[in-house]
Amino acid sequence: MTPGLSAVGTTLRLQMLTFVVRRVAYSIPVLIVASFLLFCIVRVTFDPTANLRQSRDVNAVQRERDRLGLDDPLVIQYTNWAGDFVTGDWGESDRTREDVFPMIRRALWVTMQLIFWGIAISALIAIAVGVYSAVRQYSIPDYIFTGIAFIAVAMPPFWFGLMAIKWLAVEPQQAWNLDDPPFYFVGLHSATGDSGFLDYARHLVLPVMTLTVQIVASWTRYQRASMLDSLSSDYVRTARAKGVPRRKVIFKHGLRNALIPLVTVMAVDIGLLFGGLIITETIFSIPGMGRLFFDSLQRGDAPVLAAWVVVTAAFVIAFNLVADTLYAWLDPRIRLG
Amino acid sequence: MRIDEQAPDEIGGLPPAAPRSSDTEAIREMEPVARSQFELVFRRFLRHKMAVFSVFLLLAITVLCLSASWIAPFGENQQELLNFNQKPDAEHWFGTDEVGRDVLSRILYGGQISLKIGVAVALLSTAVGTLLGAIAGYFGGWIDNALMRLTDLFLVVPSIAVLAIALRKFGNKDITIILILAAVFWMVIARVVRGQVLSIKEKEYVEAARASGASNTRIIARHILPNVIGPIVVNATLAVAAAIITESTLSFLGFGVQPPQTSWGNMLARGRSYIDADAAHLVYFPGLAILITVLAINFIGDGLRDAFDPQSKH
Repeated sequence: MTPGLSAVGTTLRLQMLTFVVRRVAYSIPVLIVASFLLFCIVRVTFDPTANLRQSRDVNAVQRERDRLGLDDPLVIQYTNWAGDFVTGDWGESDRTREDVFPMIRRALWVTMQLIFWGIAISALIAIAVGVYSAVRQYSIPDYIFTGIAFIAVAMPPFWFGLMAIKWLAVEPQQAWNLDDPPFYFVGLHSATGDSGFLDYARHLVLPVMTLTVQIVASWTRYQRASMLDSLSSDYVRTARAKGVPRRKVIFKHGLRNALIPLVTVMAVDIGLLFGGLIITETIFSIPGMGRLFFDSLQRGDAPVLAAWVVVTAAFVIAFNLVADTLYAWLDPRIRLG
Repeated sequence: MRIDEQAPDEIGGLPPAAPRSSDTEAIREMEPVARSQFELVFRRFLRHKMAVFSVFLLLAITVLCLSASWIAPFGENQQELLNFNQKPDAEHWFGTDEVGRDVLSRILYGGQISLKIGVAVALLSTAVGTLLGAIAGYFGGWIDNALMRLTDLFLVVPSIAVLAIALRKFGNKDITIILILAAVFWMVIARVVRGQVLSIKEKEYVEAARASGASNTRIIARHILPNVIGPIVVNATLAVAAAIITESTLSFLGFGVQPPQTSWGNMLARGRSYIDADAAHLVYFPGLAILITVLAINFIGDGLRDAFDPQSKH
């Protein structure tokens, strides 16, 4: 390596470091303010003493209020709660009397699997279809993909999930007289029998499809648009004029630059994905964050909900941080700005 | 548009003096017609075939749903207890549900609620979002900061979670659902309007207006808002679709419209248990109703976008 190149490498690394530090520093107040507001919303919405109201002991409610410090100002309550929160003491669930921390950890692990496969597969499909549609703009497959995308965006995701259960699990099982449906629609693993990767995959297909149907559609449209932009740019025309092979022009010059906008959209859509989990995990009985939220909300389980919203917010912020970093690495104008 | 009005002189180079009468006809044919902005947008919209078709489709759906009490073959909660989960037939076109109610009639009644919530949320959130977005974009300062931080916050927490919590707290009357959805939806429009206003307020004609002593209110109302009307209308249209889907999702989860009131979402919530029994029609028809309605609204939004901004190739 020549000295000049290594100097460029060092500057890049330094710039990236400054960028990441600055972004992290900005995230912390956002997280604190968000968690405070969310804590207040949960606190005023749910009464942790609700199930003591029927108690014959007239002082039971007041004793519990004193124990939990519910008569303190919200700021004090928040500080106490946040202090416990950062040391890993997240309180106990009103519903199951279990510690909240292990509940969330278990649910988060399940959810991360859905999110991981969801993002990976959506990104692959979006890039493949987006590039194909842009390279063969106005071809018949391009029109078909456009039509599918329009329908997918207009479909309520939970309805898509129900249709998928009907047509990819229930109907094939009946039609071919199978012992099991080709794809399962309850949980992430079979309770009994084999538990290899195939079993796992057969459980994952329908929930991941349901979770991602809308974002795949919108990411595909986005990728198509940015690829079209990039293919009509001057540097692509120059590359073509120089006689660079078509494949190389499309992938190296076109696609590389067309990926940058997709990264931003992906970051923004992560919050949407966490919302989608509530529906997906409820339909498919998957014990992840979405299901935990649904169950806790139905029972008014305030300690779990408070931890849930804050952990979710932290995750979305962390994902945004990763996306921003990736973005800055791809595009020098961002990290210098 | 101004350019069209001036066009004859510039393009044809015709003298302003009156031409001889025999030529008048011929010249009038060549003369471009002056068209208002509304007319131009309308003509461009008509070129979008799917959007025009969707307008008629949506009108038909709306009229059918609104006249449910006259045209629905059965009552909203009229039961034939011995005739439950009946497949579609000549008497019950869309079949009957688990307690023997006619699905078609319920879709018509449910559509009233779904459409009402969709339109009301869009109107309310557009009004609030436009006002606050314009103020934030034009004046900047702490209002702008507050708006941006607030919207940042909602990018961080899934809105469906906030909505579900709020609905559980405040109940599920129609008006409450509308207010709560609008309380989340206005932010999208506010962000769009703010962005547009920010770029337009730097334009020369705004500077000219300010130099000639126009007040802020006048500048916003006369010079800025007319130029952001396109994005506002497009987003308001799409908000109707988004509100219908969100309402159905919340009702499906059990936090939205409650029985005995019917909405497409809570029909699906009940039909869900029968998906693997022989009564899948309970899930098909309400879902198709949502799909077709939302698809039509999205096409209209698409047509409006092209009509307002002919350069856009999204």
